[in-house]
Amino acid sequence: MMNPPNPQEPVNRRSFLGRAARVAAMTGVGALLGKLAGASAAKGTVWQIDPSKCKRCGKCATACVLEQSAVKCVHAFAICGYCDLCTGYFGPQPNELNTAAENQFCPTAAIQRTYVEDPYYQYHIDEKLCIGCAKCVDGCNRYGNGSLFLQVRHDRCVNCNECSIARVCEGQAFVRVPVDKPYLIKTTPTTS
Amino acid sequence: MLFISHAKTQRREGVSPFFAPLRLCVSIFLGFVLLNATAFAEQRFPPPDFESGYHLPPTATPAPRAEYMQYVDGMVLLGALALALWFVYRSRSRRGITALSIFSLAYFGFYRKGCVCAIGSVQNVALALCDSHYVLPLTVLVFFLAPLLVALFAGRAFCAAVCPQGALQDLVLIRPIKVPAWLEAALGIIPHLFLGAGVIFAATGNGFLICRFDPMVPFFRFSGSLLMITLGGAFLVVGMFVGRPYCRFLCPYGALLRLVTVAAKWRVRVTPDTCTQCALCQHSCPFGAMREPTPQKSEPLPSARRRLAGLLLLLPVLMGLCAWGGSKLALASHFAELGGWVFGAWAGLVIGGKLTALSVRHNRTDFEPDSSACFACARCFETCPSERMRRGLIPLEPVHKEE
Repeated sequence: MMNPPNPQEPVNRRSFLGRAARVAAMTGVGALLGKLAGASAAKGTVWQIDPSKCKRCGKCATACVLEQSAVKCVHAFAICGYCDLCTGYFGPQPNELNTAAENQFCPTAAIQRTYVEDPYYQYHIDEKLCIGCAKCVDGCNRYGNGSLFLQVRHDRCVNCNECSIARVCEGQAFVRVPVDKPYLIKTTPTTS
Repeated sequence: MLFISHAKTQRREGVSPFFAPLRLCVSIFLGFVLLNATAFAEQRFPPPDFESGYHLPPTATPAPRAEYMQYVDGMVLLGALALALWFVYRSRSRRGITALSIFSLAYFGFYRKGCVCAIGSVQNVALALCDSHYVLPLTVLVFFLAPLLVALFAGRAFCAAVCPQGALQDLVLIRPIKVPAWLEAALGIIPHLFLGAGVIFAATGNGFLICRFDPMVPFFRFSGSLLMITLGGAFLVVGMFVGRPYCRFLCPYGALLRLVTVAAKWRVRVTPDTCTQCALCQHSCPFGAMREPTPQKSEPLPSARRRLAGLLLLLPVLMGLCAWGGSKLALASHFAELGGWVFGAWAGLVIGGKLTALSVRHNRTDFEPDSSACFACARCFETCPSERMRRGLIPLEPVHKEE
């Protein structure tokens, strides 16, 4: 027995069993801790979308536990072609290449098109409006450079134990990344 | 293809002749790309060289929650546990417990949005034990171990005032009704089964069942699926009349704490000195955790011993039967057969263990809480006449214990 019995309290069967169970439980917890010490790390991880695996299925917009998804479209300007005819911005067969709503692909008009110089236009995502539906991402990846892609925005993500989008993700694109490098920003054009 | 050719005609309009070569280039390039989509997929539209001095805007990357904040979470948990122990064992204050509950609900519930939590941490630990690639966050380990160790020594102080799920249910409880003992015992099996299922699902990499079916989280986040919001609402409505329905009849971490608390060193005591056997504490307990003194003349010892021995012998038989049933069920529902065996055996052990526990003799001379069912909410302290006398709320009079 671990503790010498207290002279005031006689050790009966119940107290002996209780003490034995406590010692056994402590040993169990100790063994568990020893096993887990190797598997545990102080460095946290967060969810992120691997853009190369993303299938642009659109489930990010609806599967998040947040009412407005934590996944938003992100623009890597460094690999953008600044096309006049942006296939991420314009829907199929637009009437005119202007900012009129009927020409736009984005259901919430979250992409702002601004003129830079002939014939280049800059496309900027207004994150307040973006719902992460991946329509523009699909357009950009099919016909453009793929500079538009989805990312988990960490100012919004609550970092669930099990990401509810990851559960339904068609490309298994959700990965855990270290918290000090929480984004997978594209640096080279990848398209499909 | 139609789409692209249309695009080219669009591009031709209104573009100055200066860009004709470029346009041609793009057209040829586009055709080329479409023919050899895989080989040249990465070079469709080279980034332009701007002449107007345009600078590329940066891609915004809002930072996640600062890393040191996980230590804050851990410290808040440990501090709240220590405070809960103080309120239960030292100041014996229901008011303190309520205040701490509100804080825990605000911090772990509404501020941390129910994640990280001790209930879900069981699954992370199970996954870390079975999958060597999974890195267990340190906070999760603390959230798993700290309440468990506290329970091992001093009962379920975590449930009393630190768990936001429990706090939410405790605060909505307005008119508790008694659950019949047989129903309480029967429903009390569910948390253990849920724990087994959650651990097996997590360990085999089939997802975090416990997190997915946590009915309180939709309230913490003000959003959730229709099913979970309905379930959460149902739990809260039921929780107005039945004390802590989730904690008692579903919470898997509660099941773990319940097991561990059987061996607790210090237990909640209702009365500071003498029990007057007034049964007021039993009426005040909304969770049916208070146990009566055992009658002097009970069942003769030999027959009780025979029953206990019979039940202990029945235990492996029950485990084997349930394991076989579980494996068949797992095959029928396309789950791993091994998981079915393990879950079945666990279910058999839980049911057999429950039957055995029900037939174990207890010798109680006073009213005392069953430490594994007691949430240490401190309600009974307020009603105990001896305790009220100690606090000076009623005048000191000699109270004689009925011999």
